Amino acid sequence: MDMSRLQKIDACAWSVPLRAGEKRAPVLLYGSESLLASMDDKVLEQITNVACLPGLAGSAMTMPDAHWGYGFPIGGVAAFDPDQGGIISAGGVGFDISCGIRCLRTNLDLQQIAPHLERLADALFRAIPAGVGEEGKLKLTPAQLDDVLTGGAQWAVAHGYGHADELEYVEERGQMKGAVPGNVSEFAKKRQRGEMGTLGSGNHYLELQVVEKIYDPAAAQAFGLHQGQVLVSIHCGSRGLGHQIGTDYLVSLAKAAGRLGIHLPDRELACAPINSPEGQEYLGAMNAAINVALANRQILAHLTREVFGEILPQASLETLFDVSHNTCKLEKHAVDGKERLLYVHRKGATRAFGPGHPALPERYRQAGQPVIIGGSMGTGSYVLAGTRESESRAFSSASHGAGRAMSRTQALKRWQGRELIRDLASRGILIRTQSMRGAAEEAPGAYKDVDEVAAATEQAGLAKRVAFLRPKACVKG
Amino acid sequence: MSFDYFEHAADIGVIGRGATPEEAFEGAAEAMFAIMVDAAQVRPLVLFAFAFAEDDLELALVTWLNRLLAESRQRGLALGRFSLNRADGEWQGKAWGAPWDANMARGTEVKGATLTMLHVGQADGAWEARCVVDV
Repeated sequence: MDMSRLQKIDACAWSVPLRAGEKRAPVLLYGSESLLASMDDKVLEQITNVACLPGLAGSAMTMPDAHWGYGFPIGGVAAFDPDQGGIISAGGVGFDISCGIRCLRTNLDLQQIAPHLERLADALFRAIPAGVGEEGKLKLTPAQLDDVLTGGAQWAVAHGYGHADELEYVEERGQMKGAVPGNVSEFAKKRQRGEMGTLGSGNHYLELQVVEKIYDPAAAQAFGLHQGQVLVSIHCGSRGLGHQIGTDYLVSLAKAAGRLGIHLPDRELACAPINSPEGQEYLGAMNAAINVALANRQILAHLTREVFGEILPQASLETLFDVSHNTCKLEKHAVDGKERLLYVHRKGATRAFGPGHPALPERYRQAGQPVIIGGSMGTGSYVLAGTRESESRAFSSASHGAGRAMSRTQALKRWQGRELIRDLASRGILIRTQSMRGAAEEAPGAYKDVDEVAAATEQAGLAKRVAFLRPKACVKG
Repeated sequence: MSFDYFEHAADIGVIGRGATPEEAFEGAAEAMFAIMVDAAQVRPLVLFAFAFAEDDLELALVTWLNRLLAESRQRGLALGRFSLNRADGEWQGKAWGAPWDANMARGTEVKGATLTMLHVGQADGAWEARCVVDV
């Protein structure tokens, strides 16, 4: 990125001064100088475009893991005020609506699973449908799917997938309000019929991890984490239904923006005023997709428990937390000292409520919301806790992953899937995948340094590090 | 008709080229499905056809690609061959493929074709159709 365009606020926060004649809202970039310097200039171009959209509250901003996306940058956060003509953007949410991470903490330590690691990895690979073309065992009728669209993870629990008490640790208590199944196309519904309980592909994974380091003992205790403990993280989203909603509304909102006189610096920012019929229609469909993602991760968590139960009957897997990355949610935030109800777009960014937030379960009320930065399959991931500071800095948002440092096509030229998997196995990390191409694209070297991203997230005041997780086995889509 | 790729940091840019827009769109479809499966392993066992209306040439590319994705997913098919014709403002598409089987070399799932870097135009006497697809 061209650093000459940025003005340093502090070690991990940068503003972008207006150029002559430029009219837009403020832009903030969070991250260390080295992270920002290595980002593509397109990140700056895209977030600056976002700052031109109507009704933006405060600043448009990027998280330390930001990279070039489509429309919004990945790692982009922007809040819009419906009473000020604010918009909702399909491009600001993305295709994989409510893609996120369900993190399960086990009652097992590494030494207990080590002798069974190969068996666990193989059994999880058999039990979790993963990769392009794979379907799940659960086939829903149209009426059942409509129930999922409104019920989310609560539907899954009511149908035997998991326990009701874990819903407290899922955003929205497992059920997003405001879902309108009638706003979801028949195409989208048909695409989902075979895809409930599937992992997907690309950067989606199910990973067995061990807590290698504790940064914040008090928060770790609140989260039920200790060194040597085994966790399971499941990264996936709303599958074909979410993809199709993104597809349907991208084109229709791009046309609506034209009709409504909204200037789009990039057509991918397809949007409509939140209070318009078009905006409300998308909102109802998007909320339905959030419920599908919540249900999907609930089902996958249940399948994971079944596998552990067969191999290690003493295993108990509790939900630590379930966070979504690609959403637009109505939240109360203070802007310039005034509390406002805003629609916060987070595209490749995690909600990160600080201590005391009323939406948090009692167990985490003092520590703050668990935030998970998912790293590559060869490096590691972080559990962090939301901060009060993040409320004023970033609408309570934080990084969601390591962020890509290299394109998929470059990664394919540089690595071969089989060699990579062998190399990781020699380092004690088991990979199970059907796609050698996918493994190469997801090579650890294609990602930014997750340690630097997590440290910058903490230094920027967005969330504080609680624990570092080292991968031991990974099912890749 | 041919296809190629271009760089994008997180996703993949697909390019189709041909003597007509229709041929270029077919090339873009080949590029997109080659991300998911080795087309040489996909036998043309199943044919399906569909139509759509779109006046905007660039939006027509995105609609074509996304319609193919949707049809292939709901039919459980890997696709390897494509045909597109245009008459009186309506696009008539066909695709050939086979049900996914364990012997097919799997690639990476494409979630959707985006409007990013979307362009349909002529270059050096040939038509070129390109956009970024989300994976």
